Amino acid sequence: MTTRFEETTSAEAGARNALTHPSRRRFLTYLIAAPTVVGAARWADASTGGVDPQPIPSGPTAPDTYDLNDLLTDSAKPTASMITITMNKDGSASFALPRVESGQGITTSTAMIIAEELDLPIDKVHVTLADARPELMMNQFTAGSNTTISTYEPIRSAAAAAKGQMLAAAADELGIPVGQLSTRDGIVRAPDGRTMTYAELAEKGAVATTRPVEVSLKPAAEFRVVGRPQGRVDALEAVTGRKKYTLDHDVPNALPTMICRPPTIQGTPKQVHNLAAVKKMPGITDVAMISNGVAVRGHTFGQCIDAVRALKVTWNPGTVDNESDKTFLAELKANELPMAPAVPGAQVVDESFTFYWKSNSALEPQTAIADVRKDGVEIWSSLQAPIFTQKQVADLLGFSTDQVKVHVTLAGGAFGRRMFSDVVLEACEASKKFGKPVKLMWHRTDEFRAGRMHPMCVAHVRASYSGGSVLNFEQRHTSVATDWSMGFGEPITAMGASGPPGPSPVHGDYNYSQTVWNLTVNVPYNFGEVDTAIQEIRDYSVMKSGSVRNLYNADAAVARELVVDKLAKAMKIDPYAFRDAFLKDDQSRAVLKAAAKAAKWGRSMPAGTAQGIAFHKEYHGVVACVAEIDTRPKTVNRKKRQAVTGPRVTRVVIAVDVGLPINPRGIEAQMMGGAMDAIGQILTESLHLHDGYFLEGSWDDYYYTRQWNTPFDVKVIVMPATSTSPGGVGEFPIAVTKSAVACALARATAKTPAYFPVNHFDPLPFTPFPTEPSIPQSPRDGLHEKGE
Amino acid sequence: MPRQTFKVNGKRVEVDVPDDVRLLWVLRDLLGLTGPKYGCGLDVCKACTSHINGKAFNPCCVPVGEIGPNDEVTTIEGLPATVGKDLHPMQEAWLDMDVPQCGYCQPGQIMAAVALVKEVRRTGRAITDEDLDGIRNICRCGTYHRIRGAIHAGAAKMSDSA
Repeated sequence: MTTRFEETTSAEAGARNALTHPSRRRFLTYLIAAPTVVGAARWADASTGGVDPQPIPSGPTAPDTYDLNDLLTDSAKPTASMITITMNKDGSASFALPRVESGQGITTSTAMIIAEELDLPIDKVHVTLADARPELMMNQFTAGSNTTISTYEPIRSAAAAAKGQMLAAAADELGIPVGQLSTRDGIVRAPDGRTMTYAELAEKGAVATTRPVEVSLKPAAEFRVVGRPQGRVDALEAVTGRKKYTLDHDVPNALPTMICRPPTIQGTPKQVHNLAAVKKMPGITDVAMISNGVAVRGHTFGQCIDAVRALKVTWNPGTVDNESDKTFLAELKANELPMAPAVPGAQVVDESFTFYWKSNSALEPQTAIADVRKDGVEIWSSLQAPIFTQKQVADLLGFSTDQVKVHVTLAGGAFGRRMFSDVVLEACEASKKFGKPVKLMWHRTDEFRAGRMHPMCVAHVRASYSGGSVLNFEQRHTSVATDWSMGFGEPITAMGASGPPGPSPVHGDYNYSQTVWNLTVNVPYNFGEVDTAIQEIRDYSVMKSGSVRNLYNADAAVARELVVDKLAKAMKIDPYAFRDAFLKDDQSRAVLKAAAKAAKWGRSMPAGTAQGIAFHKEYHGVVACVAEIDTRPKTVNRKKRQAVTGPRVTRVVIAVDVGLPINPRGIEAQMMGGAMDAIGQILTESLHLHDGYFLEGSWDDYYYTRQWNTPFDVKVIVMPATSTSPGGVGEFPIAVTKSAVACALARATAKTPAYFPVNHFDPLPFTPFPTEPSIPQSPRDGLHEKGE
Repeated sequence: MPRQTFKVNGKRVEVDVPDDVRLLWVLRDLLGLTGPKYGCGLDVCKACTSHINGKAFNPCCVPVGEIGPNDEVTTIEGLPATVGKDLHPMQEAWLDMDVPQCGYCQPGQIMAAVALVKEVRRTGRAITDEDLDGIRNICRCGTYHRIRGAIHAGAAKMSDSA
């Protein structure tokens, strides 16, 4: 039996949902319509001898009333109900999720949601990833922690429709009204003790024609699955090595393929001097120039590496040849938007922070299998925006979209990188030139040097205060342009959220960026007049830009929280007490309190170590973090081969309120994992732009968090449900943990860092790989001991 | 073309491939053993960590010609068989703690963990924080903290011969 939930009209459904499931956004609007009156008496217990905080209520910032998740959810809405849950003859249920699973746990949480609504054990729910489905329009885009927010009710509705249909079939068979039947664990029970299994009913309930049905969803009070910790549905496959990523798919004759790339960012190939000789190398089957470089295909990736290294190529220049961190920094500083004049007579905190380039590369590199034939192409790749990729491939190859079959594969991490189609386009180009299927893989060095980077930016914050009040808070963010054109562009355009088209002289894709900024960046405190703005330099196509997890807030929120600490210090108020006083609502204060309590905020700590606390609001939720850091010499000066040790975050406590938590265990995992991103981005990891290329070429150059940087103690508190709707999770820990770590570091060293990561200008701890050939050879000494 | 012969997961394999091709590609591209993952090919990320004669190594940086006919290579696929079970105790510990996120690094992490526990045991002591700090395997999802917990739990469940 296949049932499908069709809404009669979306307006009706919206009204119904609003009645039974008041949305988070409405809740927020209500709060804003009646802002909390903040009394000074509350803060009298601030024991640090400072002034009494007297917050001046701030109006809502844009994301309080409508945020990026509302935009993504609304853009997905027209096709939200075009999803199908199929009941199988064995009583199990199947669902092809139109999103990509990349470790964030959505196949597990989706299976839980279906199991809940269907009253079926979770191991009888099979969630796979849907192929690109162009009819879904903007409802197949995985980003912004939006998956569960936008799919929760549609998936429940489809499951409820399936269950309702089985109940109807059982009622027929048993001669008992539906209202007297109950369901549990895949079995329908009648009051007289008779039962029928979903296996028996799957076919009996099948309908001949598609028709709309009214469904009512299970009340939260009856939840048995949602809200309970659940292990990942794919954990067994992962720990046994059976989980299949793109390269593990066995597509006949799709042989290993790699690309020889230019020595500078976005250079292009001009001439290959030894193509015929390289084609004769052992194991090599094909060599051809493509747009971005020279593709080689062979029997093993090892032989492809040899061939790439043997190629003699003349290159055209790239887009930033001869440019370096310094040239971009000067341009960023010169292009900052002005701030309003300071409030006369007020005291001012004025801080500027530079955030250097970050890689959003996952551990599984960019990979794609493509088989281009005369009448169409078949593709396997893990893609955050597969419909967009499908269109790009159709354009590239001159096919209609129905000639482009895109299978979305499980991702070995995504982090924003898989929003872009470049690896698929390269694979298609190579497959077409070779006339054969290819299994294209980027080398690790390609990832750092030819991949996408989160743009370098300068975050300037100025706040005026007087007595116990913050009078105004201004934030000016100047960034190298971010490429939002893939994935985010369509929803933004479609929802009419962007301003008039047309780039202004220096802004690149200003409208998308402005929109993303306005819909995500907020100031959750009562700081009087609040104003934030973004300015970009260059066109987004100059650098191959993209975004890391948490978009602008990965940097912007850090600047905000560091200034919050500065304000607290200026007013001689404890950082926790200050936030408690100035946060806008009790829901926010609750997570702050939970984190502070669990971390024993304010406990006595040795010199050179400190706690930092931070708060963030996004993704229809609130989150707080306390981090502890150790900057004592014996920690900082630890020796590890090819490593950056430095200050160590020893403890992280995160309290998170995501509205309705679906899988607390998955939420814990996301918070813990995000904390590792955060630690690296503050302390150790960045790309260095030097004469048109990035110096980094491996994970021993790009210092993402390793075991020796990992906290000994990580605790996550998932707050009980505060809503009937789930918020976002995957990106949520970044801003808050980065902020807490930065604040802890500033407190431990009595110095607020001016740039991140804080080691960016330390002497390079590695020797950069040459840029030609574009990838290094694999070592040969893997059987010899290397020591620590 | 040279014929390479060695043992993988208890079975003798023979494959025609030049000596210089790194073992990872022989395992993955020619023998179809996709448990060991590629993450860098530079002996850095350790995603391909497997065992040779019971010790951890990274096949991305060992030419296949250096593997002798009697060398025993064990990949994640062959780990459970080393204890004669469906799952190695370390894999069970991994499941108990729900360690994986995307899962890509996890086969390498588990192989590294098993080798570490054995190595530490040979020196007659218990796993320390310093031992755990010495693990170089990258987990880009950041499951490090659960990995540390799972190694302690897995070590407790491993018999002296596992």
